[in-house]
Amino acid sequence: MKNNSQFAMRDSQLKNRRGRFAEALMGAVFLCSALASVAAVALICLFLFVRGLPAMAEIGLFRFLLGREWSPTDIPPAFGILPMIAGSLYITAGAVVIGGPVGILTAVFLARSCPKRLYRFVKPGVDLLAGIPSVVYGFFGMMVLLPFAGSSMLSASLLLGVMILPTVIGLAESALRAVPEAYYEGALALGAGHYRSVFRVVLPAAKSGVLAAVVLGVGRAIGETMAVIMVAGNQARMPLGLLYGARTLTANIVLEMGYAAELHRGALIATGVVLFVFILIINLSFSALKGASRRDSKN
Amino acid sequence: MKDKSIFEIKSLDLFYGNFQALKSINMELAGGEITAFIGPSGCGKSTLLKTLNRMNDLVEGCRITGTVRLMGQDVYGGMDVNLLRRRVGMVFQKPNPFPMSVYDNIAFGPRTHGVKKKSALDSVVEKSLRDAAIWDEVKDRLKKPALALSGGQQQRLCIARALAVGPEVLLMDEPTSALDPISTGKIEELLLQLREEYSIVIVTHNMQQATRVSDRTAFFLLGEVVEYAKTETMFSMPKDKRTEDYITGRFG
Repeated sequence: MKNNSQFAMRDSQLKNRRGRFAEALMGAVFLCSALASVAAVALICLFLFVRGLPAMAEIGLFRFLLGREWSPTDIPPAFGILPMIAGSLYITAGAVVIGGPVGILTAVFLARSCPKRLYRFVKPGVDLLAGIPSVVYGFFGMMVLLPFAGSSMLSASLLLGVMILPTVIGLAESALRAVPEAYYEGALALGAGHYRSVFRVVLPAAKSGVLAAVVLGVGRAIGETMAVIMVAGNQARMPLGLLYGARTLTANIVLEMGYAAELHRGALIATGVVLFVFILIINLSFSALKGASRRDSKN
Repeated sequence: MKDKSIFEIKSLDLFYGNFQALKSINMELAGGEITAFIGPSGCGKSTLLKTLNRMNDLVEGCRITGTVRLMGQDVYGGMDVNLLRRRVGMVFQKPNPFPMSVYDNIAFGPRTHGVKKKSALDSVVEKSLRDAAIWDEVKDRLKKPALALSGGQQQRLCIARALAVGPEVLLMDEPTSALDPISTGKIEELLLQLREEYSIVIVTHNMQQATRVSDRTAFFLLGEVVEYAKTETMFSMPKDKRTEDYITGRFG
């Protein structure tokens, strides 16, 4: 009897020690995978800045950012990316003007008015929209938009407006769902109709979350490459108008990286740096808005 | 308005799906009085309150038979529900000011019903806040967010917000259960003042509160009204054994 219990004790100690080892090992594994994405960001950052900043310095920061001419193969070459910055900003703004309101209204509908049966169709539809590869969007744009709007900023904005819908809808919907039901009921109890209650009380209460959704949509739009290249025309000149073509920062990199060398290559990487900074700004404002929205829904 | 019945409820049954939450309710609520609904949790007192301004419409699977009349008009027969809710205001258990300024909270109702002029809104806001005995506390912070007020202030703000649309009846669903005793005292005091101008129905868990503020009391149990009488009478000489057991604290 005594022996048995001794064995049992040693056994459980052994198990314990093994258990602790497994715990520690798994902890390390989880930590490593968590660090992987951070490391990836850090490496990308490092690569971009190490390769991009010298080029920027060589061209001159102001001539690079504010130069209106991009002719990298001329002698002497000109590396001004203002046309591409403008192209990216205009096309993104257009996408938000189109996709923002549609997305927000869809989110309002899904969160507050949609009958359950319809929801089962609309919601997966929206999710599917997010999964379509951007080259397919591009094809769609070439076939459907180009005959009417040509290769232009308008086509690119329309297409991007659709592409950011799932992002805007998803986040805005959850922001709206986080609004306490008591606000809606309070508005109804004062004799306000359903839509008035939703648009004057619930939607304003979800303001920061909905704005965050739009900001993330902006991030999507500014980073989109393939679909834009297929419909935007890609002329490297200052945008002339809605119905004229323009080139975005992303397009600039993709279109020329194949044959660029030396300073030209550096200038393209530096274009990536600019894009990166844009995304950084967008993400920071997104987090700030997200924080504000969390505070809102706590009240 | 005094002594005239404001709500007439006849053979009212209410179901949530298959569950019958109210069983053949018959009662008349007197105008210019405070009526208290008491009873243990789940007895149907809040449910009946919400049938009076049709907030039960929001509950899925809620079915109602019987009639509810507001000053003779059938509440469930073609009456515009927004108009009904304008005439029958509601204050909720947990204060629910909107996340906007004090001023905009009060002005929301009047704006909803078409008041646009700044001067008119200003005077409605001031009058409502005065009537809810909170004007002195908030007059210097009308543009500040309502959520920055204390819980008791928020609840009086909600009362002011309900008053701003000019209701005839005020429904209050345990309006003090989330508040401290001092805030509760202020609200009870306010109720007694409001009785001069409004008919009030209050659901309460607190029997002392019922005796302090109400003229009549209805005791609910398992979806039925067991007893409905003048408050003094009910608390001194309850007719039904179950009422007596409840008010003497033997269950509930």
